[in-house]
Amino acid sequence: MTAPHHEEPASFAFDAESEAKIATIIKRYPEGKQASAVIPLLYVVQKQMGRLTGSAWVPRVAMDVVAERLGMPPIRVYEVATFYFMFNTRPIGKYHLQVCGTTPCWLRGSDEVLRACKDAGGLKGYGDTSADGNFTLTEMECMGACVNAPMIAVDDDYYEDLDYESTVKLIEALKRGERPAPGSVTGRRSSEAAGGATALTGAESE
Amino acid sequence: MALSDKDRIFQNLYGFQPWNLSAARKRGCWDGTAAILAKGRDAIIEEMKNSGLRGRGGAGFPTGMKWSFMPKQSDGRPSYLVVNADESEPGTCKDRDIIRHDPQTLVEGCLIAGFAMGAVAGYIYIRGEYYNESVVLEAAIQEAYDAGLLGKNACGSGYDFDLYVHRGAGAYICGEETALIESLEGKKGMPRLKPPFPAAVGLYGCPTTVNNVETIAVVPTIMRRGASWFSSFGRPKNSGTKIFCIQGHVNNPCNVEAEMSIPMRELIERYAGGVRGGWDNLLCVIPGGSSTPLLPKHICDDVLMDFDALREHRSGLGTAGVIVMDKSTDVIKAIARLAAFYKHESCGQCTPCREGMGWQMRLMNRMVEGNAEIEEIDLLENVTRRIEGHTICALADGGVWPVQGLIRHFRPLMEERIMAYKARHQRLAAE
Repeated sequence: MTAPHHEEPASFAFDAESEAKIATIIKRYPEGKQASAVIPLLYVVQKQMGRLTGSAWVPRVAMDVVAERLGMPPIRVYEVATFYFMFNTRPIGKYHLQVCGTTPCWLRGSDEVLRACKDAGGLKGYGDTSADGNFTLTEMECMGACVNAPMIAVDDDYYEDLDYESTVKLIEALKRGERPAPGSVTGRRSSEAAGGATALTGAESE
Repeated sequence: MALSDKDRIFQNLYGFQPWNLSAARKRGCWDGTAAILAKGRDAIIEEMKNSGLRGRGGAGFPTGMKWSFMPKQSDGRPSYLVVNADESEPGTCKDRDIIRHDPQTLVEGCLIAGFAMGAVAGYIYIRGEYYNESVVLEAAIQEAYDAGLLGKNACGSGYDFDLYVHRGAGAYICGEETALIESLEGKKGMPRLKPPFPAAVGLYGCPTTVNNVETIAVVPTIMRRGASWFSSFGRPKNSGTKIFCIQGHVNNPCNVEAEMSIPMRELIERYAGGVRGGWDNLLCVIPGGSSTPLLPKHICDDVLMDFDALREHRSGLGTAGVIVMDKSTDVIKAIARLAAFYKHESCGQCTPCREGMGWQMRLMNRMVEGNAEIEEIDLLENVTRRIEGHTICALADGGVWPVQGLIRHFRPLMEERIMAYKARHQRLAAE
């Protein structure tokens, strides 16, 4: 399957907010080891694109800017940008719906979460972007929230303990421009036992 | 007797209290840290050896011994501590809770561990998806700097130590220590050949030790309460407390810190509300994250949750991600999805892994349908044995073990599915 054509911007430059962030990043690495900052700088690019265009992705010309900034051959930056799954090398929707489909989530009903995303988001399947440009749907490998399965991430925020109905509700809220608080949608406190903590209850459990 | 709350190292595992420094101090963090450092490098490493702590990232290598491999005298190169917070093994979500709810246990652990190995700085490599967790961790580190606990003359000890957070960007392979180092250097996460080991040539070509988050975060409490306290939990060579992630078909999934060597059944029933539909409704359990072979119910009935007991049953404690499957599970499909995971995550460097993980996934997908020959089960088993041990890193090993476990314990089911497929298609052909 060939990906649909997309427009690459002619130029890219970091804005003031990004420059401030970059200044704090570069300092973390020893002199001469600036290449370590390539992943952090690609994040800065992606975030800036999201902020300025509504689509968080990394255009090719921005990779060249990162390469120049870090004194790396551009191919080294292309390699990194395409090796790591979290960099979008083509435009995406306003919200990135990332459904975990690995076994721990699958056992708890991730197929239903996927179905809800398709129904409520107007999406045909993984890789699709909705016609209104609101949503892009991606299948993720294990996101590391397994005791709160099934889950999706909307951009950087995890929503957990989902089922069909609660996923639809979440997506409808996003459509209204709301951003529900991340975490479990059932009111459960993080990774405590569903139904109430079985440790650290304050009482000694003998 | 169950572990009591006062013996839990992670007093704020669920985030019932704030994560900030003042709340962490009330829970006992940073109490007498300067005095711990004053004991000296050798004494700290000796205490860690005596505690019996084995690495919590999956491989279970003795922590004190690992630290002792670091050079005692610098040859001019600096040494580094690298903390593996790339938590990506399917079924594992324990480090996330340490980072977002009890980050000072990790920050203090980094200082003590860094001091014990003579490191000038530490890098915490956190998986990219844990964005919100990384924000908390960076704020926790800043609080520690502001309080004089990190940086120049950390804790007033006369020792200088810097600590940084570095986010990954979505690659399971970066949990492998040399791939992590490559990634931290700004490259694709492709594992390096060993030797040389990181303790000799690691980050930026310098001596480096890579430890898991939980391993480092338990260090301060071990140093305060003593090696003998820690080793009083669990069986010999399997000592301590451990965070288990209990999930899948249980009534109340949870993370919980419990004592090592707890019986699996007790772990599931005491903390996670038992198996959905009762213990007799259990089909099998993956005991330690996706790479560890599943165990059928009859083994789960009395197996202990520790390194050695699970190894005796040809599985492992791994990361202690306990994935429970009840009798409604299509276990062939559950394992096929893991095969898809490993295919997706192979870095592509070694041919047996790059080609093998895809081949294994495609054959497993046919096994789900039953669209295969009985002999292909033997072929599948045979090919996994040819992949195992023939690659630079352990990703491919971890990728074939779940399939080997399936064949070992559920071969009759796989045969049954093939026969049913054949019967269905012969009938269709006859009609």
